[in-house]
Amino acid sequence: MNRLRKISTHWAMLLMLASVLLLMSAAGDPTGQRFDRLGHGLMCTCGCSQILLECNHVGCAVSEQMRKELKEALASGQSDDAILAGFVTKYGPTVLSAPTNTGFNRVAWIMPVVIFLAAIGGLVWVVRVWQRRSRAQLAAAPPASAGAEGELDEFRRRAREETEL
Amino acid sequence: MPQLGSFSLLVGLALSVYAFGAGLLAIFWDDDRLGETARRAGIGIFWAVTSASAALVWAAFHNDFSLAYILHHSNRALPVAYKFAALWSGQEGSLLFWCWLLACYGLVLRLRYKVDTRLVAHASVVISAVQIFFLLLVNVPAHPFSMTPGVVPADGNGLNPLLQYPEMVIHPPMLYLGYVGMTVPFCFALAALIMRYPGEKWIHITRRWTMVGWLFLTCGIFLGSYWAYRVLGWGGWWGWDPVENASLLPWLTGTAFLHSVMMQEKRGMMKVWNMWLIFCTFLLSIFGTFLTRSGVVSSVHAFAESNIGPYFVTFLAIIFAACVYFYIKNRSHLESEHKLESLVSRESSFLFNNVLLLVAAFAVLWGTLFPVLSEWVTGHKVTVGPPFFNKVNIPIALFLLLLTAVGPLLAWRKTSAESLRRNFLVPGIISLLSGVALVAVGVRPWQDMSYFYSTVTIMLSVLVAATIVSEFVRGGLVIARHNLSNQGSAWQSNIFYGMYQLTRRNMRRYGGYVVHFGVIVTMIGFAGVAFYQNTEKELGFGDKLEIGHYTLVCRSYTQDDQPNYSSERAIMDIFRDGKQIDTMYPEQRFYKASGQPATMVANRSTVLEDLYLVYTGKNPENGKPIIKAHLNPLVWWIWSGAHFILVGTLLALIPNAQARKQAAAQAARAAARQPVATGAI
Repeated sequence: MNRLRKISTHWAMLLMLASVLLLMSAAGDPTGQRFDRLGHGLMCTCGCSQILLECNHVGCAVSEQMRKELKEALASGQSDDAILAGFVTKYGPTVLSAPTNTGFNRVAWIMPVVIFLAAIGGLVWVVRVWQRRSRAQLAAAPPASAGAEGELDEFRRRAREETEL
Repeated sequence: MPQLGSFSLLVGLALSVYAFGAGLLAIFWDDDRLGETARRAGIGIFWAVTSASAALVWAAFHNDFSLAYILHHSNRALPVAYKFAALWSGQEGSLLFWCWLLACYGLVLRLRYKVDTRLVAHASVVISAVQIFFLLLVNVPAHPFSMTPGVVPADGNGLNPLLQYPEMVIHPPMLYLGYVGMTVPFCFALAALIMRYPGEKWIHITRRWTMVGWLFLTCGIFLGSYWAYRVLGWGGWWGWDPVENASLLPWLTGTAFLHSVMMQEKRGMMKVWNMWLIFCTFLLSIFGTFLTRSGVVSSVHAFAESNIGPYFVTFLAIIFAACVYFYIKNRSHLESEHKLESLVSRESSFLFNNVLLLVAAFAVLWGTLFPVLSEWVTGHKVTVGPPFFNKVNIPIALFLLLLTAVGPLLAWRKTSAESLRRNFLVPGIISLLSGVALVAVGVRPWQDMSYFYSTVTIMLSVLVAATIVSEFVRGGLVIARHNLSNQGSAWQSNIFYGMYQLTRRNMRRYGGYVVHFGVIVTMIGFAGVAFYQNTEKELGFGDKLEIGHYTLVCRSYTQDDQPNYSSERAIMDIFRDGKQIDTMYPEQRFYKASGQPATMVANRSTVLEDLYLVYTGKNPENGKPIIKAHLNPLVWWIWSGAHFILVGTLLALIPNAQARKQAAAQAARAAARQPVATGAI
């Protein structure tokens, strides 16, 4: 029974890890519309540090021009990659709103996943070590003397304390 | 007045140096009288900084443009409330405001010294050290009373138009109260570590102070989001801007602490972890301030670049070194009394919750600093914007939501499979049914990742809500039955009275549930993002714009001229199913003193969606005004959730009914003993 429980715990953990990795790696497509998706993948270069489609500068000439260029590029039938590459050539790499999955930029994406896996793995390892120590301590402890009122009181106190929250 | 302000700041600095030095010597020499002088010097800091702040506000109200700060952040026509807000609108003034809040917290800490004289004496020394740093800043590199060079202009440059909104008058003070509030738990934690404080009293004090800081920080973050939504005019409330991220970092670690502290209180576990969570929360508060003010990362909200960055780096290094030194020296004092016994237990759920919160904090910090790292390694700067943060943080948030449902219902030490089944069967079924209902109303989670996230968010939120309701109902029923069996009145045997009694008996636990409920209401609001729509059109008189089930008709345009600004606004009639339901007035203002334009968003908010209109400007070719319309679903839920979070936190801060009775009885016993003691003397 214990073995079965252990196996099911392992599978539950693996399922959790797999689903978080799947969620993290899934490619998002916020609206399904290319203009909206690409417009949210670009930054306005007027200095406002905002997403191209969300630049709130009243009468911002830069974002207006960039949106026009994006519409023209879409109308010319270019692929998403070609359109983004065109913007990078014209405005520099900071025009992209997120790091690309190339070169050193990959580190930006990999690190949170690595930290997540290391943290969860480390936590499971620590808990297992604690469990082992706890069992060893229990095994080494002298058997409890039944009917010892003081000890019972202590257990009652602990039960009250630990079930209060 | 400026001279009084400058002098007060110098006096404040001198008093903080004395409070630190004398406090330290009093601890070493065990000299109570010297300690008392240090405490009183600490109280004196409050009066000194208060008079300096009052001098700056007085200068703003009297249009004293001989002060460079007032010249740059105010003007004659500025409304009174915003003149007051000028105190925190610029670098120097906001640092002075920070000093004042720190002095207020320091005052409360020192006035409540009887809570634990020795612990407060140690904490007072630590807070004095922090006060020295901030008073040094306002005395040297960021002096708010610097004089205007040359001829003093007749009028000031005015306040940034984006700051001239009511929310902006209360958002920064709330946020600062949160940031600065994290100093007090840090002082108590470091003090307890330094003096190897016996017992757990310090952790109770620290927890309450952290809750106060967390409450203000949460309030500040939500007010900031509300301001961004209602003022910036881009239709969103969170842009993952470095300054926004800076406020989120201490909030995440503070949240982790408020959960894991229960393990220390109840089971004597996680002492090292809790100590470092408090240290990290304070360090991240200071780090966030450094990010906002040093110009290290570019941000919409950042203050003007200045030379105070190195001061912050030095301070952070000293504080970190002090934390590491005292931790290494006294770490034996922080050994756990118990070890974790099962993966399926309340303790392990807290551990997973803490790990996820810290991973989220890391991801936010990493994304914020990656542009700097990238430039340093490759020589090229990159942008790390919302797509990165959403992709990394949404899955983590969903797992946290799952733990919010599961964690509170697990037992301490070990939970049986039967107990799990009993607690989660009904909530699980309700959650699955909510998913089916979403598909039935037309949501297709398999079509788009954002729809998938939204569906999962709503299902998990329903799961959390169901578990919270089941907890209240089960507890309420038990108390109602108990009251009935004890011949209680009909009212006392009511389940709702039972739920009230249940909450009064353990305010912290049930206040926590209300906070969790607020979190899920907010999360449902976030889930609405996937279904937003927007459109933009040039609108002449009588022109129509359609968005969702609304038809917007431009009735007219008006112009206005005020002392502080001139404005143009559109009058838009809103129709739904052919029937007029409202009239909205999106506006554009031009602020005369600063020469900057700003938008005044028109928003029609309902439980289901917000119709959000922005007057974005005029087409330069034909002069026609351009109106942008956003249809943002479920935004109302975000602000409602914030209210639940705040109410829940306040409830959790109220002592339990039993604890209050005990405290009253103790006070009565002490009062009864007092005449005897006096007589003995």
